Amino acid sequence: MSGRVLVGVKRVIDYAVKIRVKPDNSSVVTDGVKHSMNPFCEIAVEEAVKLKEKKLIKEVVAVSCGPQQAQETIRTALAMGADRGIHVEVTGKDYETLGPLQVSKIMAALAKKEDAQLVILGKQAIDDDCNQTGQMTAALLDWPQGTFASEVSFDGDKIKVVREIDGGLETIKIKTPAVVTADLRLNTPRYATLPNIMKAKKKKIANVKPADLGVDLTSRLEVVRVDEPPQRQAGVKVETVDDLVGKLKEAGTV
Amino acid sequence: PVHQLLLAELPDTHQLLRQTCRDFADRELNPIAAKLDKEHVYPAKQIQELGAMGVMAIEVPEELGGAGMDYLAYSLAMEEISRGCASTGVVVSVNNSLYIGPVLKFGSEEQKREWITPFTTGEKVGCFALSEPGNGSDAGAASTTARQDGDEWVLNGTKAWITNSWDASATVVFATTDKSLKHKGISAFLVPMPHPGLSLGKKEDKLGIKASSTANIILEDCRVPLGNMLGPRGAGFKIAMQTLDSGRIGIAAQALGIAQASLDCAADYAHKRTAFGSPIGKLQAIQFKLADMAVAVESARLLTWKASLLRDAKKPFTKEAAMAKLAASEAATYCSHQAIQVLGGMGYVADMPAERHYRDARITEIYEGTSEIQRLVIAGQLLKEYQS
Repeated sequence: MSGRVLVGVKRVIDYAVKIRVKPDNSSVVTDGVKHSMNPFCEIAVEEAVKLKEKKLIKEVVAVSCGPQQAQETIRTALAMGADRGIHVEVTGKDYETLGPLQVSKIMAALAKKEDAQLVILGKQAIDDDCNQTGQMTAALLDWPQGTFASEVSFDGDKIKVVREIDGGLETIKIKTPAVVTADLRLNTPRYATLPNIMKAKKKKIANVKPADLGVDLTSRLEVVRVDEPPQRQAGVKVETVDDLVGKLKEAGTV
Repeated sequence: PVHQLLLAELPDTHQLLRQTCRDFADRELNPIAAKLDKEHVYPAKQIQELGAMGVMAIEVPEELGGAGMDYLAYSLAMEEISRGCASTGVVVSVNNSLYIGPVLKFGSEEQKREWITPFTTGEKVGCFALSEPGNGSDAGAASTTARQDGDEWVLNGTKAWITNSWDASATVVFATTDKSLKHKGISAFLVPMPHPGLSLGKKEDKLGIKASSTANIILEDCRVPLGNMLGPRGAGFKIAMQTLDSGRIGIAAQALGIAQASLDCAADYAHKRTAFGSPIGKLQAIQFKLADMAVAVESARLLTWKASLLRDAKKPFTKEAAMAKLAASEAATYCSHQAIQVLGGMGYVADMPAERHYRDARITEIYEGTSEIQRLVIAGQLLKEYQS
């Protein structure tokens, strides 16, 4: 086994930012808005670095797809302990339409090229909430997948994944190589330490184009319109339970 | 080069450092700052977490357990930490500049290992005991004495206004071995805490930075080995002054954090609060205030960065450090004052952080050299320049 883990890290609008829709309803405003690493990707990086610290794997490679700024996100991963980075350059219209289908093709190609033992991704990104990239990557590679992981451990030549599902927790064992997606409770990501921030400067970030990986970025989706959620309306007070039931029936919800 | 840096952008490493510290402040300090202030609680957990990140010993070489970064990095970290919680900021600053600083610069290799390394992790913090009830600005008049008795120094006297005193595990103490030599009789000593002969006065009930402890340190026949003298005999005053030169940059950065937090608060409110039919941010009176606040912060920030860069380049920085501290502390009091004004009644109550920033800001014009002392330092340097 190569002992190499690929971790996908996505640059998204920071979770604390108040999102605004562009006046033409084409997308959200991103210019001048604070961006950070997707929180679930942080958890994925943390898990990979922990596995390396436990000496269960040998190398953590952070991958990000996007324009120049994606390198900032890779550098954050390096400062958390990843060994090297791969920046897959995607710009302009291609970047606007970049989605799970394209990214999973890229991740699959890189997983093969890098002879990865494990691909760890965040379960979803907080901007599009797609929750598809991990699953698609596994399908394209024909690898097993352990999604919504709240616990990951090595069990011989298999990986034991405890998954958070609607009914509770499900434990599965999957053979490697495999794809795992990180859920909220998998770990608490570390803050980069200052010495690691300095060390990250010396770590390499390779530049790759999707065409080099034989990936076609054409999107199958077209975003027609983006709207803000409807303004919250004031509530209505009622005097009795009967009134309440009456109102609910009127609204057709009961 | 300095001019490129100030006009363009910070290096990648420093941008990442700044972002990391900002994230820590936003997520770990900001949510608890009001509680720490109200309950006067030392942020022990957060200090340990900062220690693990390397923030408690930024300039200390990695071999000694530090982060091995420069003073620009320290300024950036200090501003972001203080923006989240000014009390936490001063704990970080005192440990970095006033306690570790002099040991790093004047200590022997053995002293560095003993008195610095355990203080890099956040588990232990140090303090700096120079001021006395009888003298603050007049540091040369120190009346705490040190007399040699066999293979020990015996210290007697009282130190006042010591930040971190109740939470510290060691202190740098300034005492005189010969009052007739005036400031040239002062030497620096390293004293562990707790220690026989060293006791603490009551915690001061301060206007602001309430989560950091401030108290007298009382020395009564406090004995330490001869090897605990820091630097040469009689060099104490020089050590104190040089230490404060650097410490000034840290406090300037703390003041920047408070000023920026005040500006953030006021600007956010200006978007949301409506009066006379529109958000108050549309009113020129408010716009002028916000503009003046932004100029005050940004100009003080550039002075702070310049002082840091000069120090990192091993060039003279005394004048610039004093200018930075003066400008930043006055920016902090100005911005926090104006933030309350923008918020109106809301600025006067604890529901909003503006009143805490106002209280926290005030001390920055006083400690580590009052604004008056800073002006004397600046004028002194300036007049020397004009002489030649």
